[in-house]
Amino acid sequence: MNQLAAKFDLAFPSFHLHVNMNVPAEGITAVFGPSGCGKTTFLRCLAGLERAAAGSMTMNNHIWQDDSQGIFVPLTQRSVGYVFQEPRLFPHLNVRANLQYGWKRTLESARRITLDQVIKVLDIERLLDRRPHSLSGGEQQRVAIGRALLTSPQLLLMDEPLSSLDLQRKQEILPFIHKLDSEFHIPIVYVSHDLHEIVELAKTVVLLKEGKVAASGPIEEVFSQLNLRHLIPENHLGALVETTIVEHDQEFGLTTLKFPGGHLQVPHQNRHIGERLRVQILAKDVSIISSPPSFQTSVLNLLEASVLEIGEVKPEHPFVDIKLDIGCPLLATITRKSLTTLKLHSGQRVHAQIKAVALSPETHQ
Amino acid sequence: MIDLDLGPLWLTLQLAGATVIVLLLVGTPIAWWLAFTSSRLRTIVEAIVALPIVLPPTVLGFYLLIALGPHGLIGGIWKDFTGSALSFTFTGLVIASTFYSLPFVVQPLHGAFEAVGRKPLEAAWALGASKLDTFFTVASPMAIRGYLTAIVLGFAHTLGEFGVVLMVGGNIPGQTKVLSIAIYDHVETLEYAQAHTLSAGLLIFSFLVLLAVYTANRRLPLQVT
Repeated sequence: MNQLAAKFDLAFPSFHLHVNMNVPAEGITAVFGPSGCGKTTFLRCLAGLERAAAGSMTMNNHIWQDDSQGIFVPLTQRSVGYVFQEPRLFPHLNVRANLQYGWKRTLESARRITLDQVIKVLDIERLLDRRPHSLSGGEQQRVAIGRALLTSPQLLLMDEPLSSLDLQRKQEILPFIHKLDSEFHIPIVYVSHDLHEIVELAKTVVLLKEGKVAASGPIEEVFSQLNLRHLIPENHLGALVETTIVEHDQEFGLTTLKFPGGHLQVPHQNRHIGERLRVQILAKDVSIISSPPSFQTSVLNLLEASVLEIGEVKPEHPFVDIKLDIGCPLLATITRKSLTTLKLHSGQRVHAQIKAVALSPETHQ
Repeated sequence: MIDLDLGPLWLTLQLAGATVIVLLLVGTPIAWWLAFTSSRLRTIVEAIVALPIVLPPTVLGFYLLIALGPHGLIGGIWKDFTGSALSFTFTGLVIASTFYSLPFVVQPLHGAFEAVGRKPLEAAWALGASKLDTFFTVASPMAIRGYLTAIVLGFAHTLGEFGVVLMVGGNIPGQTKVLSIAIYDHVETLEYAQAHTLSAGLLIFSFLVLLAVYTANRRLPLQVT
């Protein structure tokens, strides 16, 4: 399988980037970390905008940097698209000329993506003759994405492309980024500090902390790991479940989602039956009961589970994370006291009570 | 009808035009380097470039006279290659004017390139443009107002020079006798009518050029922020 492998060592006065990453070169790879963890620097190294003193980078067997062999391909000659935090459109050119800037500089034989395709996917037909400064932030960013795509890059790098936009504009652009993956099959490295975006978009995730890779892999695997508390804020801690929409209950306004271990009922989703939907079940929304309750509960989703692993118990911390198996991994946060009361041990049969399912806003329709 | 020799006017325009062209060629790389370097030499170069603003033209003229002379640093090399000296020639005047007007071209360009910044350049590189390509298709169009200001100031400042020209060029009709010196000559010989005509002509011409440029500048569609 095609791989994107990168190894950079770059020292700044106040910060040291020491990254070693190896991910499949397909789909969206999200690089997540708090501000100042080196996400942007890492992306700039991938592009060749920053040159790590000791570094190597290969993309699908193309060596773009290998300092042990003295190889460094400058950005101009790399088949890379870069979408910056700000759109960086050229103010003296109209939208059409901005879009064509990179396209004109791409070898005819390398052009796989056409202007018409980009215009259609990004819905920018009516903007073509306008000047960048007359566009809204969201429109500008769409043009910037289109401009990068039109170089038919082998790799698209996106540095928090939505961070300068308000929530509504974000929701406007997210589906387009989804489409980039499915329509153009360009591997994307997507830097963000917004876990909502990452959970919605990413296939692979790389968690950075203080300039180092703290965890990486397929997003479902990474998010179902225990002991991520130092990497992910508590209100985002929780396993991801890939589901399919199977039924709408009009009477109660509910939608049923099927996943490998059973069914989940969630508030009505305006999506088609059969559509796939990735949901996150936050650890704090899961509680554990040792035997099924003999009384009625208002919680709809009660699933059989077995305890897989018990997270690190810290005397100074009242909570502990438990990894359960419900047909797929699930994380639950309980108190240390409950851990003792329930006498949980790995392999134990329990029930998981899911109080809520975090759903991404509906952007696909 | 006043007996008026228009030679100095023509010579002045030629000098200012040639100087501006040389200044753009010399000043652009200097301004670019100043705008984007992180070298410690930057402040020193900035100060040297700004020197002609504060120095009396006679000081500058004095050193240029020595440098351009047949035994001087520039003049000596020139003489080795061409066989003639530089002082009291038109070419010598262009070189002297280039030094004299350098800050008036470098400073607006420096400011304009700084306003463009690295960001659009990086965007262009990522789109496959080489550095030179980026300079001509992104940086220069974005810095167009800086160029206009540089051209006007460089041209106007060369039109108005007197001290340096007098020191370096002398007063050779058709070679180095430019307008400002012709006016001085007329006044010295009490030919006030001729002095009036040339002075008023220079005044009106300068005003019209500035007016045209500021109008064009205002109408430029480009908004670089």
